[in-house]
Amino acid sequence: MTDLIKVYKINSMTNSDLQTLISSWNSELEFSEAESQFLNITVKPEHLHELLSQLKSNTETSFDYLFCLTGMDWGTDLGVVYHLESTTHRHQLVVKVKTSDRENPTFDSVCDIWSTAEFHEMEVFDYFGIKFNNHPNLKRLFMPKDWVGYPLRKDYVDEVNMIIK
Amino acid sequence: METTFEKNSFKSEEYFINMGPQHPATHGVLRLLLTIDGEIIKNVEPDLGYIHRSIEKMCERDSYQQIVHLTDRMDYLSAHINNEAVCLAVENALGLEVPERVKVIRTIIAELTRLASHQLWWGVMGMDVGALTTYFYGFRDREMINDIFEETCGARLTMNYNIPGGLMFDIHPNFVQRTKDFVAHFKTKLPEYDTLLTGNVIFQKRTKGVGILTKEDAISFGTSGPVARASGYSCDVRKLHPYSAYDRVNFNEALFTEGDTFARYRVRIQEMWESLAIIEQLIDNIPEGDYKTATNAVIKLPKGEFYQKVETARGELGVFIVSDGKKNPYRLKFRSPGFSNLSALKKMAVGSKLGDLVAMMATLDIVVPDIDR
Amino acid sequence: MGIEQNATPKDFPGQIIPAGNGGNITITTLDKVINWGRSNSLWSLYFGTSCCAIEMMQTGAARHDYSRFGFEVARPSPRQADLIIIAGTIVNKMAPVLRRLYDQMAEPKYVIAMGACAISGGPFYYNTYSVVKGADHVIPVDVYVPGCPPRPEALLEGMMMLQEKIRTESLKHKVNPIDGFDQGL
Repeated sequence: MTDLIKVYKINSMTNSDLQTLISSWNSELEFSEAESQFLNITVKPEHLHELLSQLKSNTETSFDYLFCLTGMDWGTDLGVVYHLESTTHRHQLVVKVKTSDRENPTFDSVCDIWSTAEFHEMEVFDYFGIKFNNHPNLKRLFMPKDWVGYPLRKDYVDEVNMIIK
Repeated sequence: METTFEKNSFKSEEYFINMGPQHPATHGVLRLLLTIDGEIIKNVEPDLGYIHRSIEKMCERDSYQQIVHLTDRMDYLSAHINNEAVCLAVENALGLEVPERVKVIRTIIAELTRLASHQLWWGVMGMDVGALTTYFYGFRDREMINDIFEETCGARLTMNYNIPGGLMFDIHPNFVQRTKDFVAHFKTKLPEYDTLLTGNVIFQKRTKGVGILTKEDAISFGTSGPVARASGYSCDVRKLHPYSAYDRVNFNEALFTEGDTFARYRVRIQEMWESLAIIEQLIDNIPEGDYKTATNAVIKLPKGEFYQKVETARGELGVFIVSDGKKNPYRLKFRSPGFSNLSALKKMAVGSKLGDLVAMMATLDIVVPDIDR
Repeated sequence: MGIEQNATPKDFPGQIIPAGNGGNITITTLDKVINWGRSNSLWSLYFGTSCCAIEMMQTGAARHDYSRFGFEVARPSPRQADLIIIAGTIVNKMAPVLRRLYDQMAEPKYVIAMGACAISGGPFYYNTYSVVKGADHVIPVDVYVPGCPPRPEALLEGMMMLQEKIRTESLKHKVNPIDGFDQGL
């Protein structure tokens, strides 16, 4: 059974190899492996799209499967966490991006890189109010169209509907 | 009076139709906004949120044992596997080692759940393309699995049997014998399923060549589970990132390359055979031991981020927990398989006919509360 | 010939309905026939939102079969159905849809609330912003079936209880449950 697993993980790069390769593209990235089982990269919003397209197109990394796109409210900052995987090399990576602008947070959309991002970004907009540039169809997905407020933010208060326990 | 008939006097216009939230073929409350030209579909847009129960917000105020109880109700057809995902995430975060007995029992029950889910899928798929008999056959066999669960876990549908640390109580003494009887019985029934639908000419004409999804599209849309495996993308989490007792059983992954509705159908039938094989390998050798490890009454995860993947009957379910050391998670996100599978519907459906849309939705096998959470 | 009217005792509970000189025998027999017909052929609407829908489907399948009791087929269109079984959670976005479906049904129409979510919000009562805490905030309900999800036998008992309720209706004193519902009566 273990030989089968080795066959699946061809040319899988270790975290330190990935870190060496990716830091050669952009010097302003922060790498961390603390408190997580994957390698975490924190990138600035203006370099986000470029880094993610390079991660997909480079043949050694070839991260072509985005399996989780999560919106986060870190208390003071709002941000997005991307979980990436490569279907050929089977290594995994986490990319995070943050902004401290709570009135009008905006990032670049990655729909042109992975088509799955279209629905996920609509969900993040619905819950947190984060807007994405160049998104084909950014509107509310789960909440009714005329809902006011962004429910999953930490400072969301709803006296009418929520019964807090 | 003469009426002149011009050759192009019939102009075709696009027509907007609403396949509403209450509909027998949408497997739940899903609203599809269709733009059609005659019978040909020009655009499909899903409108979600009709069963959005804000589970992610509730989890920020619940303890971990209460969260396990809520995951039952998300994708209720693979309830055990959802529970297992959260329990594994918590156990890996705490560094807890569960006894071997627990791992083997969890695997057997997960495969029984997968069988029950595929039986219901098969019954409803036949009903959607017009064969009502399959509904009764599928449910008749599913009742046997419900009986096994009821004797051991206490409930038929929302079981809540896995807890962080192990199982809620030990298996019933009759469990092993009943499971063996069921496996022997179902092995005679599964060829009957093939006779009814797989070899049926009408069914094949309705499903072959319909709703083709290429491998590149399957990867780009983030599909997983049988939908991706029918397009040639090998993504079985049980093989790539094995958990519980999957590293000690031999089974094949069902892979086809055509990517049409018939291939997705055959993947699931093949998966049913593989599940039977897994259960047979494990049922006679359940190791003795404890049925749980002790945990604190109040579970607090250390600070950090934890991700756990499992393979449900629909695809890859991911649980992403961000914890800041307290007894409630700071943020909990469920990566649901149906959400990504549904995003591929537009690519598959544009250009085909309205009747094909129903067949495609049946093989995507979505459960809408899983998407809306 | 004067027929003396019997004096009603002062502490008699309830209301005495006059017999009406024999004309009401026709109406009460007609009542029985009509109620028998209505209660034994209730056709339900396909309305399952979440997990309870699976138990409703199991009730219709081969082992516990609700068509033995007259609920022969489940109709997809509200115009052809008499009964809505609300199986599953009702959410803020779904509530107007449910109300519209109820209004589209032709009278007489009945409602069964199945499962904890339809009765009072169920496990989703605390800390949610989108769940309606009970389907009877939206439409008037006749029978409540508790459970999460209720067993098929429990649903069958709820349906039979509804049949009992229908058999006690009367043509003369018909009360439409939707009257005054929106005003909160």
